[in-house]
Amino acid sequence: MFGKLTLEAVPFHEPIIMITLAVVAIAGLGIFGAITYYRKWGYLWTEWLTSVDHKKIGVMYILVALIMLLRGFADAIMMRGQLAIAEGASQGYLPPEHYDQIFTAHGVIMIIFMAMPFMVGLMNIAVPLQIGARDVAFPFLNSLSFWLFVAGAILVNVSLGVGEFARTGWVAYPPLAELGYSPGVGVDYYIWALQLSGLGTLLTGVNFLVTVFKMRAPGMSWMKIPVFTWACTFTNVLIVASFPILTATLGLLSLDRYLDMHFFTNELGGNAMMYINLFWAWGHPEVYILILPAFGIFSEVISTFSGKKLFGYASMIWASGAITVLGFVVWLHHFFTMGSGANVNAFFGVATMVIAVPTGVKLFSWLFTMFRGRVQFTTPVLWTLGFMVTFTVGGMTGVLLAVPGADYVLHNSLFLIAHFHNTIIGGAVFGYLAGFTFWFPKAFGFKLDERLGKGAFWCWITGFFVAFMPLYVLGFMGMTRRLNHYDNPMWQPYLIVAFFGAGLILCGILFQLAQLVVSLRNRESLRDVTGDPWGGRTLEWSTSSPPPFYNFAVTPTVRALDAFQDMKERGEAYLRPDHYAPIHMPKNTSAGVIIGLLGAVFGFALVWHIWWLGAVSFIGMIATFIARSYNEDVDYYVQPDEIERVENRHHANFAAPRSVLNTQSVAEQI
Amino acid sequence: MSSTVMHSNHAVAHDDHAHHDTGGNTVFGFWLYLMTDCILFASVFATYAVLVNHTAGGPSGKDIFELPYVLGETALLLVSSCTYGFAMIAAHRGFKGQTLAWLAATFVLGAGFIGMEINEFHHLIAEGFGPDRSAFLSSFFTLVGMHGLHVTAGLVWMVIMMLQVSQRGLTDRNNTRLMCLSLFWHFLDIVWICVFTIVYLMGTI
Repeated sequence: MFGKLTLEAVPFHEPIIMITLAVVAIAGLGIFGAITYYRKWGYLWTEWLTSVDHKKIGVMYILVALIMLLRGFADAIMMRGQLAIAEGASQGYLPPEHYDQIFTAHGVIMIIFMAMPFMVGLMNIAVPLQIGARDVAFPFLNSLSFWLFVAGAILVNVSLGVGEFARTGWVAYPPLAELGYSPGVGVDYYIWALQLSGLGTLLTGVNFLVTVFKMRAPGMSWMKIPVFTWACTFTNVLIVASFPILTATLGLLSLDRYLDMHFFTNELGGNAMMYINLFWAWGHPEVYILILPAFGIFSEVISTFSGKKLFGYASMIWASGAITVLGFVVWLHHFFTMGSGANVNAFFGVATMVIAVPTGVKLFSWLFTMFRGRVQFTTPVLWTLGFMVTFTVGGMTGVLLAVPGADYVLHNSLFLIAHFHNTIIGGAVFGYLAGFTFWFPKAFGFKLDERLGKGAFWCWITGFFVAFMPLYVLGFMGMTRRLNHYDNPMWQPYLIVAFFGAGLILCGILFQLAQLVVSLRNRESLRDVTGDPWGGRTLEWSTSSPPPFYNFAVTPTVRALDAFQDMKERGEAYLRPDHYAPIHMPKNTSAGVIIGLLGAVFGFALVWHIWWLGAVSFIGMIATFIARSYNEDVDYYVQPDEIERVENRHHANFAAPRSVLNTQSVAEQI
Repeated sequence: MSSTVMHSNHAVAHDDHAHHDTGGNTVFGFWLYLMTDCILFASVFATYAVLVNHTAGGPSGKDIFELPYVLGETALLLVSSCTYGFAMIAAHRGFKGQTLAWLAATFVLGAGFIGMEINEFHHLIAEGFGPDRSAFLSSFFTLVGMHGLHVTAGLVWMVIMMLQVSQRGLTDRNNTRLMCLSLFWHFLDIVWICVFTIVYLMGTI
């Protein structure tokens, strides 16, 4: 009836987990109670959970990403705490089987359930607005993507309380991930969480490619597309080209585990190295999937706050394109030690180093954008400057690791851990946090508190260096990754320093939580009435903050790169037409959330071998999709009088300052 | 999928159609999806190529493939692509009855293909040459079976299209969906030609 699931699956004997679960349960009950008490379930359902509005979906993506950031960070600080004390006779407080789950969960959560949704969320909020579109090409599919991702996130979190998570590291290499060595349900949770959210990501990639290819505002030719949208487009190319490989690889691993096949086993002709090749054929492009949008954010931020157009727009785009292509021919550098021979290793080593060239082009473009600009040191700019320093260090250690000879020494050491955190935190995460601060007023209509934002930045960046520079040293001293205990007293001081670094990052996160609370409380004084709080250059700033559900009352016509800046200079910004035309909009649908949640049930059932439940939920998913295909009442027209009402309200907000704004931007030009 | 397209909300779409640009975005999006599917198959083809000689003492392709039988399967699938083509011609002309008839013919041929494939798998497993026997057989069953699952999904889709066309006629929406299914069906045909060549023909040389 319940497959392998019994009450023993709940780890009652693990106090850390039980206390966590208790806290989560209390918080969950509190939120549930509050929603019920204030009678907000209906609002939540109609306005958010069933919404197909790309802005709301983006907000929900980022909300989940922030929650998962807390969980992933809790894992991180537990590991740092363990290693600060577990020397020699002291065993620390985390037994190996628990520690192994923590580092696996940390990696999976931070990459798949924190960075990815953060990036996709920012893309959802900004891209359709930047190209002057009313929504994405397939709004229902967008909702479905989000809920499939949520299904994966649910599975990861359920694994904390029911059963276990994988103990294999986030890459789940066989033969360790095979049934013989991982007989528990951990790897199965890993597989289904990644499959569900990966499918969501793939659909997002297709959706946004069609959106950018087909739905740009008139006049927006290829080389007038805002640089962030370009970056996201390259990311989406990488998504559609690489995520199917992940789907296939995890599919083959599941066949090994569920149907006793022999793709990656030690027996009967299986080949474990094939998994590792396939995994990184997805995994390396994935790194660029994460970093390219961050590059796009830095470009937008630095040009906006320098009051100048981006230096070398065209070379920036070509550099992103070059990185996209090169990202597919470097995967083998993750396992030079496989022993594929000097020539193969040399090819992949050189290809890896070549990526430093387009990346260098980008760095110089940002520097030259600031050159002779009037740089305002706002929080997003601080993140950008912090990134430029940090990422350069990470890039250089990456070039070092790309030398196969050096890699043989440093492979799987803490040097590697320091390197990729250097690029992912100093590159992607700093970028997303810059984008978060930059577009927050667009999404919510008020700015974030600057002082607390800057506090968060300084804690993050010092915390980052204090936490990860010692790991470079430890790598040279021979410490390998994934140790939960060591007996070399020379390592301990560095690990204690690293633990304090993690504590500083914790302060940064606390600052950010405080920033959200304080900004929400002071939202009236932080209000963005014009829709253009930063003197923005691209179309998302031409509409109100938050934008009306239809984004633009009139589809903008684009004449130049930095279309909104161009409108301001011509004095055409904020002009209103004499009448509005009806706007065609998609209707909300519950199909996405239903299919997503059934997907979570499906994954859970397969993890625990509850076959009947798996069949029922799978048929339920298909049936919901088919039922949705029968519904022809999926769109409607917003009538001109309603548009008039919404627009009047927005324009009344800043009727007086408007003329001033226009003269200001002209004055800036002079 | 097609039901969610936003029509003509930008000026470009106004140009050539008096009414809505039905599903141009949908067909383009479906193309992109097919390319991702192509990469999925490419990954499994690559896996097969790596493992084809890892027979672990079990049978190789030469020992188990029956070319004439597979040729029959192939014929069914190729002819079904033709009949689907006729269904599309009928749909373009607005002949609902003919469209349904050709779709039914396509369904029968596709179902025949799946039936033959299940029969082949059944025989192999009964003889002890199941997917758990060796890495070669794992990859053989997975590659061919994955194509079979795609065809099965196409058959389910075809049933639903027949229902929707018979209930609602050849509407713009249905025509867009028929177009997507058409792409899907011909794509699976092309994949099968690769399977036939790489797995069966090259396996029996």
